[in-house]
Amino acid sequence: MDLVVLLKLVPDLAEELEIAADGRDLVRDWLSYLTSEWDEYALEEALQLKGASGATVTCLALDTGSVDELLATCLARGADRVVKVGAFERAPDSHTAARAFAVALKEIPADLILTGVQAIDDLDGQVAPLLAAALGLPHVSVVTHIALAGDGRTATVNQEYAGGLVAEFEVDLPAVLGVQTSREAPRYAPVSRVRQLMKTTEYGTAAVSVEADGGLVVEAMSIPEVTGGAEMIDGTVEQIAERVATLIRERGIGQGGSR
Amino acid sequence: MRDLPVIKVDGVLELEHAVVDGVDISGHWNRMFSQRAIGAYPTEAMDWVTGLAGGESMRDCYQCGKCVPVCPVNHVGDYGPRKLNVKVLRGNNLLDDPDLWLCTTCGNCYRVCPKEVNPLRIMPAIREQAVLQGKVPDELVDVFQKLQRTGNPQGESPRKRADWIAEAGVPVPLISEVGRPVEVLWYVSDYTSYHPRGKDAARAMARVLTALGVDFAILGNEERSDGDSARLAGESGLFEMLAEQNIKAFNKYQFKQLVVMDPHAFNAFKNEYPRLGWQGEVLHYTQFLAPLVDRLQFQSRVEVDVTYHDPCYLGRNNGEFDAPRRLLGAIPGVRLAEMPHNKKNGYCCGGGGGGMWLDGFVADHVTERLSERRVREAVATVGMDGAGVLSVACPYEPSRFEDAVKSTGNDGRLVVRDIIELLDQAMQPASA
Repeated sequence: MDLVVLLKLVPDLAEELEIAADGRDLVRDWLSYLTSEWDEYALEEALQLKGASGATVTCLALDTGSVDELLATCLARGADRVVKVGAFERAPDSHTAARAFAVALKEIPADLILTGVQAIDDLDGQVAPLLAAALGLPHVSVVTHIALAGDGRTATVNQEYAGGLVAEFEVDLPAVLGVQTSREAPRYAPVSRVRQLMKTTEYGTAAVSVEADGGLVVEAMSIPEVTGGAEMIDGTVEQIAERVATLIRERGIGQGGSR
Repeated sequence: MRDLPVIKVDGVLELEHAVVDGVDISGHWNRMFSQRAIGAYPTEAMDWVTGLAGGESMRDCYQCGKCVPVCPVNHVGDYGPRKLNVKVLRGNNLLDDPDLWLCTTCGNCYRVCPKEVNPLRIMPAIREQAVLQGKVPDELVDVFQKLQRTGNPQGESPRKRADWIAEAGVPVPLISEVGRPVEVLWYVSDYTSYHPRGKDAARAMARVLTALGVDFAILGNEERSDGDSARLAGESGLFEMLAEQNIKAFNKYQFKQLVVMDPHAFNAFKNEYPRLGWQGEVLHYTQFLAPLVDRLQFQSRVEVDVTYHDPCYLGRNNGEFDAPRRLLGAIPGVRLAEMPHNKKNGYCCGGGGGGMWLDGFVADHVTERLSERRVREAVATVGMDGAGVLSVACPYEPSRFEDAVKSTGNDGRLVVRDIIELLDQAMQPASA
């Protein structure tokens, strides 16, 4: 059973974001990057499946020139192989990314392809469905609790709906999944192991050439304007506490369950 | 003692009826076991621990128990250094034992140990293996990740590391902008740079250095955590990564002395960075200022009863007890009183060896925080009539001890001040 995980880097929000002069991008000089949270969930689910069934885990990232640490971290966590895909000056939009992964996956065996359902810098959730369409595979997104059937021909996944309802799907393999969360918090990759792997890892490569086309084009970026609605409470500790208590009373919170 | 092998003994001696001095101790009350040979114990765990670089001295323990009464964690729970040896002797490699994370590497047991069993080396060695196996408390993982991403345990932007200088009231030069060698490179450290109370000490230090006319500069956003507490918590790779970043910055500039606020940084730069390729003169700020004490221009009296908490990594583990006391003694008005646990026998605040980032985990295994116990001792020393001052010389302390003052109900009896804050206060004109 071959599991493939697709990952990417996103800006680390420890830094305050600044918008570039042209209004269409972030100032990137100072940005640091970290693995997209949802991609980490996808990897953790794959590693959980590996632990349960002995599958192999291959991690793919588009080669933007700075994914060595990301991929070494995947190996440190327990992935078996890592592959850099294509050559990009910077992270492309999700449509281009899906096409690039589709080309690479023609040569890489995959029974199940997992990726984060979204990322903080796209939020369009398109990579998994576009990739599935390009490869002619079934697809389910916003999934949790992935389990493989004993015969390796299907997987069951959960989708959580409003009101506490959970739907279980069975999907034929190979398939593409957009992962919402993992059953365990993503495991820690010790820095010493990552550093060791960064010195020794031989990264696989998949040469692909795709035109950047079809994705969303950012017309303008802006910081949300501060508007009314929030009341800033000033004063001494006593005055602030009194005002908070008044507000709680006015809203009927904490009064014997009355609403 | 979970999942430990039962060591079979040859015989159990038990009298069915026994009365001694009128007390009935029949049956199991008088049970005795025949002697067990040391060879009957499994040796795998001990062999494993002593096979780790740093773990060698674990085997040397001969169970004298001198460590027990001086271990601060032993005062608040079932933990004890001697017990660790027994556990390992009985086959527990500690990887799944909460005790692995309770030691603060304060070094007080090592001080009294006739066999020089050294948890400052044993703990990081075993913890490193736990880290490699993913057996790390979640709250510690969170801080490791923040240190890795941002170079500080708060996870704050590295770009904002020097934001505090805007409110220092004096210019604080960045060494990258000075463009010439300086006498003193001041390593500000994490909590001093980012924590609200730490920044008070940073600003006070800036004013004192300026008043003394010291030629100094800071690294600003080129500075990273010294990494020593991560090292002692078992993340040696993270420590080395941070050290490489700092050493790169140190090597980029010319300076005569490195002056640090944080005893943990002092320990790292003095004792650990040399093996990673950096060597130079490093002083804790109290050591730097103590010889200059006659040049400090005091303008007001600070009429308070003060006691001083020796930081483990300045005092016991690096031997500096006098410089902080010299500074306190020079401040007009200060009346210094020692706590029962002082100098070499100073009581740990609980923040060392990763304890700073394990508060929730440790709380499940102790009856009270070490910082709370220490605060009670300080209150008994200087806070019984009017407000006393617990003075400190480590940036971990203000937040730890101020929380402990509140949680022990001692608000109004004790305030916590870094020595540099008291110096700065006395160097300002008396407030009207």
